[in-house]
Amino acid sequence: MAAVAHEAHGHHDDHGHHEENFVSKYIFSQDHKMIGKQFLMTAVFMGFVAMLLSILFRIQLAWPEEGSGFLSFFLGEQWAPDGVLKEDMYLGLVTIHGTIMVFFLLTGGLSGTFSNLLIPLQVGARDMASGFLNMLSYWFFFLSSVLMMISLFVESGPAMSGWTVYPPLSALPQAVSGSGMGMTLWLFSMAIFIASSLIGSLNYITTVLNLRTKGMSMTRLPLTIWAFFVTAIIGVLSFPVLLSAALLLIMDRLAGTSFYLSDIIVGGEMLTQHGGSPILYQHLFWFLGHPEVYIVLLPSLGITSEIIATNSRKPIFGYRAMIGSILAIAFLSFIVWAHHMFVTGMNPFLGSVFVFTTLLIAIPSAVKVFNYLTTIWRGSLVFTPAMLFSIGLVSTFITGGVTGIILADAALDITVHDTYFVVAHFHVVMGLSAVFGMLAGVYHWFPKMYGRMMNTRLGYVHFWITLIGAYGVFFPMHFVGIAGAPRRYYNYSVYNDFDVDSYNMIMDLNVIITIFAIIAALGQLIFLFNFFYSIYRGPVAEQNPWRSTTLEWTTPVEHIHGNWPGELPTVHRWPYDLSKPGAEEDFIPQTVPLMEGEEEH
Amino acid sequence: MGTKLIILLVVILGVLAIAQMMRIYELSSKITGKKENEISNRDNRFNAKLMLLFMFIFFGSFIYMMIHYGWVGRGVAASKHGKDIDWLLNLNLIIIISVFFLTNALLYIFAFRFVKKPGVPAYYLAHNNKLEMLWTVVPAMVLAVIIILGLKTWNEATGDAPAESIRVELFSKQFDWTARYSGKDNKLGKFDYKLTLDNNELALKTAATIDSAIRMMEEGPMGIKTLEAKLNDKKIIMVPEDRAKMEADLSRKERLIRLLYQMKEKHDPKDDAAAWDDFIQKDTLYLCKGKEYEFNFRSKDVIHSAFFPHFRAQMNTVPGLTTRFKFTPDVSTSEMREIKGDENFNYVLLCNKICGGAHYKMKMMIVVMEEDAYNDWFKGKMTKTFRDTYFPAVEPAQPAADAENAEGQTEQAQNAEA
Repeated sequence: MAAVAHEAHGHHDDHGHHEENFVSKYIFSQDHKMIGKQFLMTAVFMGFVAMLLSILFRIQLAWPEEGSGFLSFFLGEQWAPDGVLKEDMYLGLVTIHGTIMVFFLLTGGLSGTFSNLLIPLQVGARDMASGFLNMLSYWFFFLSSVLMMISLFVESGPAMSGWTVYPPLSALPQAVSGSGMGMTLWLFSMAIFIASSLIGSLNYITTVLNLRTKGMSMTRLPLTIWAFFVTAIIGVLSFPVLLSAALLLIMDRLAGTSFYLSDIIVGGEMLTQHGGSPILYQHLFWFLGHPEVYIVLLPSLGITSEIIATNSRKPIFGYRAMIGSILAIAFLSFIVWAHHMFVTGMNPFLGSVFVFTTLLIAIPSAVKVFNYLTTIWRGSLVFTPAMLFSIGLVSTFITGGVTGIILADAALDITVHDTYFVVAHFHVVMGLSAVFGMLAGVYHWFPKMYGRMMNTRLGYVHFWITLIGAYGVFFPMHFVGIAGAPRRYYNYSVYNDFDVDSYNMIMDLNVIITIFAIIAALGQLIFLFNFFYSIYRGPVAEQNPWRSTTLEWTTPVEHIHGNWPGELPTVHRWPYDLSKPGAEEDFIPQTVPLMEGEEEH
Repeated sequence: MGTKLIILLVVILGVLAIAQMMRIYELSSKITGKKENEISNRDNRFNAKLMLLFMFIFFGSFIYMMIHYGWVGRGVAASKHGKDIDWLLNLNLIIIISVFFLTNALLYIFAFRFVKKPGVPAYYLAHNNKLEMLWTVVPAMVLAVIIILGLKTWNEATGDAPAESIRVELFSKQFDWTARYSGKDNKLGKFDYKLTLDNNELALKTAATIDSAIRMMEEGPMGIKTLEAKLNDKKIIMVPEDRAKMEADLSRKERLIRLLYQMKEKHDPKDDAAAWDDFIQKDTLYLCKGKEYEFNFRSKDVIHSAFFPHFRAQMNTVPGLTTRFKFTPDVSTSEMREIKGDENFNYVLLCNKICGGAHYKMKMMIVVMEEDAYNDWFKGKMTKTFRDTYFPAVEPAQPAADAENAEGQTEQAQNAEA
């Protein structure tokens, strides 16, 4: 380890002086800090696009048949004649909203930003193992984002078969207009996205394993790094399966193969494909799809572990148990995928196996929650905006986690599968928890990224509007779902034909949900303003503003290539020596040697 | 356009206004020497109080919603296994809602209680094996109960249907449902998608329907012969794209016709009877109270999902694959109307898997009748079996152009001889 560090150091000295031009500094940068910021910017942009799409279809759900100037402003006469959304475009909006949020914001954006920024800084490395591949990873991500955006503007509309793009619907342009050009772009965008994710993940794994500084053993890594490391491993093992699923789908669409198609008549045309199985696609998709949930969630859990410990001024409770539960969750996430498929006609016995494995995941998740609670207990809490969002994460992680138990139970899933109950569940865990973690990370490491501070008061306003708005959106959805309302319905007029009471209830709640969604979305504009304003005008940051123990706060505020001006720091202790009895300050940085007679944790 | 411009102007001015306020705020904090990263005790306590306040509002609105909306849409289960599922659901809900209240309350109360107080240090506590063991083992035990009860209900709900249960096929396509009852013999006739014709929408397989499909494929208006004639006719000038399309269509049909001949070779006419006494039912599905049904699901085009919310039943319909689900309706439509106090209530079958633009309109009404009424209805239906609709009673001669109908009549004649 030491040899590697010294070699990197020597390398740095040789090349440390050459001037960087605009292109190599801001565009084709190979510096992990800059690449992290590039990921963040792209993801914030994509996230706002996806949020806008959701507001558009929420307006349709709350006030169906009513013309809205807002809709025609964004969608024009083709997709919203007289301000009333078209059926097909409704599905298109839902699909692209889901795709962007899950993949571009919460996979690319979350891992891309924070793994890039924090892995070298927190393990004590000059940069990623391969700066070039790192740059490539970002530009693939950028390219796939551009393709996904273009797909919104093609004449036949974007992909319209839901973010899971189940064939045959996604394979047959005759079945829905979005399965034409829009779907082709979706598939190519995702293929490139997967390449980006793989390159990035391999880089993260290599860096964590090989470039830790002297003294930084695996059990002295901050939990953020553990989370990013395990996330990257999950990504490497599962994303290739999605790529193969996508390639087979491309073949079915373009080359007339029948991997997923069998005995179909669509649009009056009798297809010759025979023997394929649409269920095969679902198996392949969810083999990625379920680990993907944890690819989205684990980084956020890692980020919050760090923030909660720092701002409770207490060590994270049960450090090793936290690592253990990250590993357990990662392992289990690979053997639970078919719980998305209980009612596809899969063998019921197979279903029962997946019930068992899925419910097991509740155990490490419960351990994490209780460990967070114990960390806060008897702490000395400092409510920075990052801390508020972290507490928000724990709350939503509980709320979204417990409903998972209903969905994992196959017998109960029969009645709530594909209803709003599912929508509520995964939005509370992914949409709220993961996003809260990401926002917490932005507030916490903003001084590290831009050398300036974000405004705290605006952060408070942002947090409280987001928490109330987001719960206001997704809590009522549980009730809509328990009532049996299917998801992805353009409107619920069909209920008028058989149960007017239910119709009234669904519409009541739909209006409430949409109003909260608009409030929450407006709240994000406060964040956007605060973010961009602070980049240019925020007060200059101190070196260690949160009085934290980890290595990134030992680097200078001004970014330099190679992170540390002199030698790489040496690590002497674990990252959670906060409020340690006998110490003068309430935090001891990892670089401080053990005192005489002091026991390491 | 004018309004859009005004909106944009307002937005821009709004942003500028906030920016100015920020400048003022910054100047004032510069004067007082306040730093963004140092959270004042006042701010800390303010947020701590908001945490507690939020908890009360959060819990309060949850309880309000449970009382107000809890069971409005769901109602009582209308099937035997549905009642077991609802019992299990209630049990699970009690468990998870307790956990939800307990842990969320701890979180918000801790956040309120342990906010930074000047001079009071945090309590250094890195781990405690006993506690950690406790919250590994207790959830594991609760989950064991949930798993065991869940699997018991799951196995009962998805087990094989007994032989005497009534077989009904539900056929899905964009964007409607068609039911096929198995008739007197309680046996559904075989099918093959290649036999789909206007007078055989569900593609039932009999000697007659195979012949008819072959004839249509070879000699029909878009049949192989017509296509070949068009492609070889030097007098017809076609755009290259149209020509390519037609050639593709022809090669597709040539492959299909080979398969149809194979099917004809292998077909066992003894299977025909099972198909002929089936009958087809559109728009409304009639069920008999207290009888067990095994539904066989098929799809013509994309995946749909047969969702019976009131019977707590759901199964995807998958092209190329027959899926099954069984249940016993045990509350008739009129009884449920009384329970709900709603004269116009009806059971329904919805589509619950995204299947295209009109997905949200794809439904079929369901009526559950008492046994006598059901038997009367069934008797009436037995006069309209697949055989009766496929070979309609001899009518005055149709116009000669309607070739398909003429074929039907000759087949009927042949059948009469047999």
